[in-house]
Amino acid sequence: MRHPLARMLGFVNAELLRPGKEGTVARVMKHASGDKRFKILEVHIKKYQGRQDALIEVLHKAQELFGYLEDDLLLFVAYRLKLPPSRVYGVATFYHFFTLKPQGVHTCVVCLGTACYVRGSDRVLAAIEALAKIKAGETTGDKQLSLLTARCIGACGIAPAVVYDGVITPRQTPESALAQVKGWQPHGN
Amino acid sequence: MVIDDLIAIAEKEASSRKKTVIRCCMAAGCMSSHAEWVKAGLDKAVHDAGLGDQVEVRGVGCMRLCCQGPLVGVDPDGILYEKVSPEDAPSLVASTQGAATDVGRCDPNQPFFSKQLSIVLANSGKIDPERIESYIAAEGYRALHAVLREMTPKDVVDSVIKSGLRGRGGAGYPTGLKWATVAKTSGAQKYVVCNADEGDPGAFMDRSVLESDPHSVLEGMAIAGHAVGANQGFVYVRAEYPLAIKRLQVAIKQAKQLGLLGSGIFDSPFNFTIDIRIGAGAYVCGEETALMASIEGRRGTPRPRPPFPAESGLWESPTLINNVETFANIPPIIRRGAEWFASIGVGKSKGTKVFALAGKIVNTGLIEVPMGTPMRQIVEVMGGGAPGGGKIKAVQTGGPSGGCIAASELDTPVDYESLTRLGSIMGSGGMIAMDESTRMPEIARYFMEFCMDESCGKCIPCRAGTVQMHRLLDKIVKGEATARDLATLEELCELVQRTSLCGLGQNAPNPVLSTLRSFRNEYLELLRPETNGAPGLPVGSAAGNKEGS
Repeated sequence: MRHPLARMLGFVNAELLRPGKEGTVARVMKHASGDKRFKILEVHIKKYQGRQDALIEVLHKAQELFGYLEDDLLLFVAYRLKLPPSRVYGVATFYHFFTLKPQGVHTCVVCLGTACYVRGSDRVLAAIEALAKIKAGETTGDKQLSLLTARCIGACGIAPAVVYDGVITPRQTPESALAQVKGWQPHGN
Repeated sequence: MVIDDLIAIAEKEASSRKKTVIRCCMAAGCMSSHAEWVKAGLDKAVHDAGLGDQVEVRGVGCMRLCCQGPLVGVDPDGILYEKVSPEDAPSLVASTQGAATDVGRCDPNQPFFSKQLSIVLANSGKIDPERIESYIAAEGYRALHAVLREMTPKDVVDSVIKSGLRGRGGAGYPTGLKWATVAKTSGAQKYVVCNADEGDPGAFMDRSVLESDPHSVLEGMAIAGHAVGANQGFVYVRAEYPLAIKRLQVAIKQAKQLGLLGSGIFDSPFNFTIDIRIGAGAYVCGEETALMASIEGRRGTPRPRPPFPAESGLWESPTLINNVETFANIPPIIRRGAEWFASIGVGKSKGTKVFALAGKIVNTGLIEVPMGTPMRQIVEVMGGGAPGGGKIKAVQTGGPSGGCIAASELDTPVDYESLTRLGSIMGSGGMIAMDESTRMPEIARYFMEFCMDESCGKCIPCRAGTVQMHRLLDKIVKGEATARDLATLEELCELVQRTSLCGLGQNAPNPVLSTLRSFRNEYLELLRPETNGAPGLPVGSAAGNKEGS
C-alpha cells in the first residue's frame, strides 16, 4: 500500500517509507506544502518528464529558486526523479556551480582566469579578502557578502573582470573593487 | 519549409534593409561596458531625429576588438567607433546625415582587422544573432538544404574529409574521419553533441561564436546529423556563459518555428532536434567521456577509451562529438566547396583558426587567421605587442593543458604540428601574452593549482600527482626548494603525463615542462643550496623545510 505522503510526492519506493524514514519524507513534505517554489520546481521537473538524466538541469533550477541546495531540497529532488539521495548529493557536490551553503545578500565573483590573473586579479581578490575579512569561497558573518572566484568567465578582452551581483564589470583594480564592495555596506538590509 | 520560402525570407530581409545600418556590438565583452545602454540610446536618438525609415539600429555579435568596447559600426560608410557611451548616441546618429562627430574612431584598416580572414566569424558583428531572418539573409541554412536535397550522407562525409578540417577543440583529430566512423556504425539511435564547455581560462572564441552566430552551429550540427544518421543533438554549454545560452535558446526556438529543426526538414525524411544541456562548472567536462557522463546527469568523470564515443557514447549509442568552431566551419565548407577550404592554410592544418588574444597585449579580442600564420604576426603586428612599450616574453597557448612559447620562438607558424613540437598545443585557441614582469614559475604554479582543483579524483596519478607537483612548485616559488625538489618535480611530470586516465592529467605537466624548457634559469635562481650536504627531506614533509624561511 502506498503511503499517503508518497502518493502526494509521486514516489513509489516503499524502502524509504519504512518507519524511521518517515521523518525525512515528512520534513520534505512540510517544505513542499508551504512553499510555492517547490511547485515551480515540480513544473520544471515535469517539463523534463521526470527524466533522471535531467538531474543537473533540475538542480540548476532548484538553486536558482532557493539560492542554494540544502539537504531537504536535495532529498526532494531525489524523490521526484526516483534517484538515490547519494547520487543527487554526489552530483551536487561534484560541480563547482552548485552551493550547499546559503549565500550572502551580495555576491562578488573575482575571475582568476589566466588573462585576468596576469593583469592583476590576484591583487583585486586579496584587497577584497582583506576588507571583508573572509577568504574566497566564504560568506561574511552578517550574511552580507559572499566572495567567490571563477576559473574564467570568458571576459578576457576586458581583464581583469569581476562579477558584482551578476553584473560583469571590466578592468578592475583593488581600488575600484573596494569602492564597489564598500558601496554595498550601508545599503545592506 | 522549402527552398523558395528560404529565398523569400532572404529577399524580404534584403529589401527591408534601410539606407544606413548602425551596428552595435551586443556580445558579452561590450555588454559589460554597457553596450545595451548604448543601443537603447541609439534607438532613442534615431526615433527623436525622425530617421526611423532611413536608419536601422542593429544589435550584432562580437566585433572583435573587445578592449575598445563598446564598438559601434556604421554602414555603408564602414566607419567604426570605439568606447561609445550612451551620451554619444545623438551625435553618432546625426553623423549618418553628414554632421561632424567627435566620437572616437577606430581604424578599421589597422592590422588587427586587415590581417584577418573570416570563415567562422564571417557573420559575427554583421548579423543580428537573435533573428533567424538575419542569418538566412546571409545564406543561412542553404547548406542544410543542399545537403538534404542534393547530397547523400556519404557525399557529405567525403566532402568534410576532402576539406581537411580538423577538430578545433584541441586535439586536432580529422573531423571527416570521425564522421565516417560514426556513420559506419550500425545503431538505431545515434547522437550529435556540440562541445561548448569552453573551460580553458583565456579562451572565449566559442562563447563569441555562440553569442554572435548561433545558427551556424545549429546548421552545422544538423548537417552532421544527416551525415552520420543521428536525429538528436545536444549542445553542452558552460553555465558561466548565460548570454550564449540565451541566444542558443532563442535560435533553437526560431529554427523550430520555421521547420529548420524538427521533423521532415525541407520536406525530406530527415528529423533533427537539438537540446541544450548546461554545465555546472567542471573543467574536466570538456573531456568527451566526462561530458557525456554530465549530459546523462551524472558526475562528470572520464572513462577509459576505447570504446570511443563514435562506437559507444551517450547511453551507449554511437555519438559524434565536435567543438563549436568545428561545427561552425561546416556550412561554409558545404556552400563553397571542400577544395576552397583546403586551399586555405598550410600542410595538414587547413582553414582558419579563431584565437582569443588576451593578457599583456595592446589589442585584446578575437582574431581569425589562416592556419600557418606566424605567431609573431599575431602577437606583435595584430596584437600590437605589450602595452606601455614593454616586451613580450612568452605566449601561452592551449590553457592549462598547453604550454608557454618563448619570445625567441615566435616565428613558429601556428598549426597543429608546429605547436606540438614546441611542447604546447593548439588547444581551443586561447592566446595569452605575458610581458617581462611575468615570472614563469609562478605561472606554472598557477596552472598547476588549476589542474589540482579541477582534477576529478578518479585516477590516482592526476589526483595525487597534481597536488604533489603544486606543492613542489609552491616551494620553488617561495625560494624553499632545492635541486632535489626540481628533479622530483620533473620526474613527477613524466609520471603523471604517462599514466593519467584523461587529457587533464596527461597534459597537466605541460605548463611546467614548457616553461622549464625555455626559462629554466628562472627556476634555478629560486633554488636554495642543499644544507650541509644532508639528504633533502622527502616530498610532503614541507613543514620541516619551512624552518629556514
